[in-house]
Amino acid sequence: MDAWKTTKEEERILEVENLVVEYTSDKEVIHAVNGVSFSLNKGETLGLVGETGAGKTTIAKSIIRILPDPPAKITAGKIVFDGQNLLELPEASMRKVRGRKISMIFQDPMTALNPIFSVGNQIAEAIRNHEKVKRKEAARKAMEMLELVGIPAERYDEYPHQFSGGMKQRVIIAMALACNPELLLADEPTTALDVTIQAQVLELMGDLKNRFGTSMILITHDLGVVAEVCDKVAVVYAGEIVEMGSREDIFDFGAHPYTLGLFQSLPSLTGEEKRLKPIGGMLPNPADLPIGCNFSPRCPYATEQCRKEKTGLTEVREGHYIRCFRAQKEGDK
Amino acid sequence: MTPILEVENLKKYFYTSRGVLHAVDNVSFRMEKGTTLGVVGESGCGKSTLGRTILHLLDSTEGKILFKGEDVTHVDRKKLGKLREKMQIIFQDPFSSLNPRMSVSETIMEPLILSKRFSRNEMEKLTGQLMETVGLAERLYHSYPHELDGGRRQRIGIARALALDPEFVVCDEPVSALDVSIQAQILNLMQDLQEERKLSYIFITHDLSVVRYISDEICVMYLGQLVEKSPAKELFLRPLHPYTKALLSAIPIPDIHQKRKRILLKGEVTSPINPKPGCRFASRCMYATEQCRQEQHLQEIENNHFVACNRVTEIN
Repeated sequence: MDAWKTTKEEERILEVENLVVEYTSDKEVIHAVNGVSFSLNKGETLGLVGETGAGKTTIAKSIIRILPDPPAKITAGKIVFDGQNLLELPEASMRKVRGRKISMIFQDPMTALNPIFSVGNQIAEAIRNHEKVKRKEAARKAMEMLELVGIPAERYDEYPHQFSGGMKQRVIIAMALACNPELLLADEPTTALDVTIQAQVLELMGDLKNRFGTSMILITHDLGVVAEVCDKVAVVYAGEIVEMGSREDIFDFGAHPYTLGLFQSLPSLTGEEKRLKPIGGMLPNPADLPIGCNFSPRCPYATEQCRKEKTGLTEVREGHYIRCFRAQKEGDK
Repeated sequence: MTPILEVENLKKYFYTSRGVLHAVDNVSFRMEKGTTLGVVGESGCGKSTLGRTILHLLDSTEGKILFKGEDVTHVDRKKLGKLREKMQIIFQDPFSSLNPRMSVSETIMEPLILSKRFSRNEMEKLTGQLMETVGLAERLYHSYPHELDGGRRQRIGIARALALDPEFVVCDEPVSALDVSIQAQILNLMQDLQEERKLSYIFITHDLSVVRYISDEICVMYLGQLVEKSPAKELFLRPLHPYTKALLSAIPIPDIHQKRKRILLKGEVTSPINPKPGCRFASRCMYATEQCRQEQHLQEIENNHFVACNRVTEIN
């Protein structure tokens, strides 16, 4: 499957092909990511949406290869970044990619910082790891980064516990952006924050993205955040992409029963208050996935075929892919 | 009709080494039987402390709590036991609010045992009924919390809260830890139970779309104070307090065609320790003037719509 074929080859920054990740324990094999493919162009933001345990974070961690092995193992696939397959790079070269070309923002700002180093030091460390600069120069740049994310440079010598949640998350963003990465992986960057602070952080990220042309993969379960910042969206369910397309494709023409279910379970902020329509049941056990479509046990439209066979992604409109037998039958629906 | 709950000038202060923390400061409201009062605000605004103080999980510093017209601000142990049968709580985190060493049935049965009103047989029957009411399969009777997912655990919390047939339940972020599809299941369940049992809920949450969906009336809190109270729909149509306006405009909406103007707040929440007199929101408010250094009082601007802002008529 070659997603978004229409885009020119030279703009492509990342291409994930048929990625398979498994976690192995004594008793069982957990199929966390099952053949995920997508691509990302320069300056674009891709939203990975789905529920807890869908495999979103595992996908991101595979890209910068920080999955704990064992138990995690990337058993198949390619991750081509800037023309190089990251999965074939030796560890030493990979260290040069991490933080320099691709960096990651983690979900919880409370635990992602080291409590015994000042925040300035932690940002400067990232810079000194990747650029041959003097201590002073790194410190100066770290101060610049702090100012950039709206924290006064005077707070360089303060420790994480002296900052609020929103400010810690901004410190982490400053650290992630310190070396001007080409690709930013943001794993639920605002989930732990209050809405007014979330609004500030999203505004800041959008602003920085526009200024430096950074590409971004945003992992979230909040469809509101996706609507606001993403160009493309991939809906992940049980380790597979079930629907993928432009923001408009998903929000206006979303057709996979799971995507529709997600939208219908959200209480509306403006419309009439109808009874919510939850998706019945829950995520299948990733160690024991259904024989047919992974969503079939919860799907209100599942047929005999859905329960017995797997299906691939079908392109229903240009760049809009759906993994569903119904999509194939009904075409553009 | 007597309101199910009235709160008058309730205060809860914590005395810390750095000064007095005003967690709940002069909060007053009343709510009718069978309704849901939503309490929203950002972390640290005192919404959970408010809920817990009402239930006597924390002792109030000052003020009055009236339950069905009766003053219950100060009650002895025996009376508190009786009161707790009628006033219950559902906690936020279904992972830490259940005892890992108690099975589903033991957890749900515990309040029944403590009430000393039932025989063993009756209790087992009641537990079975409660499990059915909240949608827990019978086969989970002997399961332990770690075997269950978040949605099912929250159902245990609900069943436990309902065991002694309360009239009033404080729901402290009951769906925040759940995924949206599961969240919708639990919200529907809570609404059905409210209808069946004429329950009154105080629904504490930071999720504004959830609070609009479930509440009849909404209180907005900021740094321990009630800044706006209004019928739910009205609040979203016509927010009057500058903080409420900013809060509502900050919610990302899952609709790509709605363009809204976002009010971005400057700065961070100030400390609730030894707060200065006057409006606590003033440091972040774009309308703030000298006037805002005075004490603000909740005034009824429109029918049943209360706002604590001296400049409310000027800025709207």
